[in-house]
This record gives sequence, structure tokens and C-alpha cells, in this order.
Amino acid sequence: MKIFSISLLMFILSIAGVAFAGEQAPPKVDTGDTAWILISSALVMLMTPGLALFYGGMVRRKNVLGTIMQSFIALGVITIQWVLYGYSLAFGPDIGGVIGSLNWIGLRGVGVDPHPDYSPTVPHQAFMIFQMMFAVITPALITGAFAERFKFKTYLVFLILWATFVYDPLAHWVWGVGGWIKELGALDFAGGLVVHISSGIAALAATFMVGKRKGYGEEPMPPHNLTMTLLGAALLWFGWFGFNGGSAIASGAIATSAFVVTHVSTASAALSWMIVEWRHRGNPTVLGAASGAVAGLVAITPASGFVGPMSAILIGFVAGVLCYLAINLKMKLRYDDSLDVVGVHGVGGTWGALATGLFASKAMNPAGNDGLFFGNPSLLAIQALTVLVAWIYSFVVTLVLLKILDRTMGLRVSEEHEMNGLDLSQHGETGYSL
Amino acid sequence: MKKIEAIVKPFKLDEVKNALTKIGVQGMTITEVKGFGRQRGHTEVYRGAEYTIDFIPKIKIDLIVSDELVPQVIETIERAAKTGKIGDGKIFLSSVEEVIRIRTGERGKDAI
Repeated sequence: MKIFSISLLMFILSIAGVAFAGEQAPPKVDTGDTAWILISSALVMLMTPGLALFYGGMVRRKNVLGTIMQSFIALGVITIQWVLYGYSLAFGPDIGGVIGSLNWIGLRGVGVDPHPDYSPTVPHQAFMIFQMMFAVITPALITGAFAERFKFKTYLVFLILWATFVYDPLAHWVWGVGGWIKELGALDFAGGLVVHISSGIAALAATFMVGKRKGYGEEPMPPHNLTMTLLGAALLWFGWFGFNGGSAIASGAIATSAFVVTHVSTASAALSWMIVEWRHRGNPTVLGAASGAVAGLVAITPASGFVGPMSAILIGFVAGVLCYLAINLKMKLRYDDSLDVVGVHGVGGTWGALATGLFASKAMNPAGNDGLFFGNPSLLAIQALTVLVAWIYSFVVTLVLLKILDRTMGLRVSEEHEMNGLDLSQHGETGYSL
Repeated sequence: MKKIEAIVKPFKLDEVKNALTKIGVQGMTITEVKGFGRQRGHTEVYRGAEYTIDFIPKIKIDLIVSDELVPQVIETIERAAKTGKIGDGKIFLSSVEEVIRIRTGERGKDAI
């Protein structure tokens, strides 16, 4: 009798389900939107090798391959993690606002029909692969903090742990349906919190845990190939059009305005860093212009899609100056955040998230909100709160993960291996044979 | 026979070489070297990190010439390598006991 009533209930429910589906128009794939998201995914993919060159040029020549590899291999590791369970943790059906469920492991149910919340006009898998590229580059950003001394085997494990315990939950909070930060009304268009604050602050924790390079502050450690760094910065700039422009998950008005402000902010920050450094140290350096461009890209990331071009000039300009000050402060404090992940991504991301609370305007994007300069101070408060949460969460969890890895696998290569360089000691190769 | 070692600014190499060829010097050996004298090095700043580069790149030219050519060669190098600014380099002169051309086995002046 009980079984009968349950099956009757199921039958009724399934009919209701069919009827319900019948009432709604089936979701329709927009080919223009889909084309743009697929291209954007490819653009964002290119950022990770771009980052590899950006970082690779800044280290000494004995570490060029080791540094490049740390970024490049994230494409391998995180792709598999994302397909197996990462995407489900980040975007799967919400559990209590804190994490996605495991319903979508192995991309079960993540098909080529649009998803009503995440990608109403684009196949769900296109959204999934677009988001995957963000998950790939974020942990790769951290590697700049411990460049030239981290053990590769430990790094692989760190990648998986960090993606699982920091990136995936944070992405869920900010972007997942039901995520608690999203519910608060915080705005993060393309990853100020999720990508840049999370990696920038993880880098701060890593700087404490991993320690300085041997000889830091005593022997010179100048970049070995700044042409490579500039090419990397250019590829980052190029890919960022997909990063921000694609984050509308549609092609059209918002994508265009995000694309435009991304470019404007970057140009502005490249100039402001160059000018400040020129006045302060006497030379308009290429490394400074490249670093400023990246700072401008970072800062506009959360705000793109919510702000106009004039705001973007200001956001970029301030980003170049602030990040320049931050890296100089690091020199004074004697921390070996080797490639300035904290100074550029932590500080730039924080500024960008707060700037969103200042410059956002509903006139630019009705789905956004007005910031302080458009008469709404509450958004700034929400942004500040979420910045604080992201800082604390990323810092504490990264610290714990590295502590565990330090006890079990060891974080650093041996002193001898560090002297000989990561290329030979970790990979048995050299970057150049001249 | 004398050996003339001249350390010059890298961008002056072509000028020095052309001037020496003009006065009949038949060959030379050059080496890329690094060093410093009274010029000292310079500083480079990368994202706020300041490095003093003590050793700056120079070119060392080695020449072996017969005694009678020495004054002319030295004067030529001095003229061609001079900018008048600090860091123009130095010329060292020393005696050479023997020169041997490996292909023919010639010795002494003939082998230069």
C-alpha cells in the first residue's frame, strides 16, 4: 500500500514536471552569445601561458623553465580537477550558501542546453569551460610569490588542495546561485574577489610560509629576460578581453562596455605606473609599464560591466599608483614576494573591489547597482565587507594548507637545488643552451 | 714582437677594427669581457629593487705586432676608442717571446 502510494505520488509529480516544462518555452541557444563565450574561453586560456612568460622573464635564467612550468601545468591539473568535481563544488546546486553539491561531478547533467541561471542563452558546457579557465589561472597567479624555490611535487598537491578548499568555495559564494556573498548583493563582475584577492592574499600567506630566497637582499636577482615579460603582459592584456568581456555570458551591450573599460583602465594604469616610477626613480622602465598594465587589468576586473570609460581611467590610474607604492613598501618590509603577487593582485584586486562600490552605476548595467559616487553608499560597505571576508578566508586556509604540506612533503627545494636552479633540479632541463 | 691588449667600449669595436685594418694590421682576437675601473658600475632598479652592477661589459682586443708598428698601433687605438668620457678603457703593452703559425710552422715575425 505504501509502495503504491509513493509510486502514485511519483507519477503525479512526473506528470506535473512534464506539464511544467511544457508551459515554459524550451531554452534557446543564442549562436552569437555562444560564439563569443567559446572565443572568450580560448582567450582566457591563453592568459595562463601569457602569465608563464610574464613571470618567466622576471626570474633568473636558471629558473625560467621551473617558473613557466608552474603556470603551464595548472592547465593540466585544474582542468581535470574542474571536470571531476571542481565545477560541481563551485557551481553545483547550492548547499546552505557555502558550497555547491556534488550532483554535477564528472559534469553529470552539465550538457549542451542552456542553464537558466548561469547561461540562459549559452550551452551549459560553454559556461563550464569559460569558468574552468578562471579556475586554472587563479592558482597559477600565486606562484609568483614563491618563485625560484618551491618544490614541484609539493606544488602539484598544493594546486589541487588550493583549488578545492579556496577557489571552489569562494567562486560558489560570489557567483554560485545561492552563494551567500552573491545574496548580500556584492558585485564582482569578473573575479576581483574570486581571482585576484584570493590569489593575492594566498600569495601573502605563501610568502610567510615559504620564506625568502637564498641570498635575497644580498645578491642581485634581476629579471633575466624582460622582453619575455613584456610579451607575457601583452598576452595577458589580450586574453583579458575574454576574461572581462566574456563575463557577461552574452555578447552585446554589457560585453562591449566591459571590453572597452578593460582596455581603458589598462592603458591608464600602464601610464600612471610609468609616470610615478619615472618621477620617483628617474627612469620610465619597461617592467614598470608592463606591471602597471597588469595592475590596471586586475583593478578593472570586478568593476568591468558596471562602470563607464571615464571611471575606468580613474580606476586604472589609481591602480598603477597604489600598486607601485605597494611593491616599494614590500622592499622596505623585506618580504620576498618575489614577483609581487600581493602588490599587484592583492592590492589591485582590493582597490578594484572597492572601486566597484564607488563607481558602479545602474545606467551602465541595470543588473548592477549604484556606487557611492552615484548616490548609494551601501554598496561600498558591502564591497568592503566581502573584501575582508575574502582576505581572511584565503589567508587562513592557504596558511593551513601550506603548513600541512610543509610538515608532510616540504615546501622548498634543498639549498643545493635552489643554487643550481629549478630547471635542472626539478625538471632536468635548461631553458637556454648558449 | 709585442702584445697589445686594449680594453675598449663595445660600441667602439668597429671603429677601432677599421682604423687598425687601415694601417695594415692583419688580424686580431677579441673577447667579450666584464670589469670595472674608476668608472665603477651602475645601478639598475627593478620594481623598487635596486641592484648595483659592478662589472660592465667591455671588449678586449688582443694584437701581436712587430716592434716598429707598436707606436702607430697604439696611437690608432687611442684615437679610435676615445670618447673623452670616463670608461674609455686601457691599453696594455707587453713583450712576446715567440709566435708560431700552426699551418706552416713559421716562427717569429713571419708568423704574425
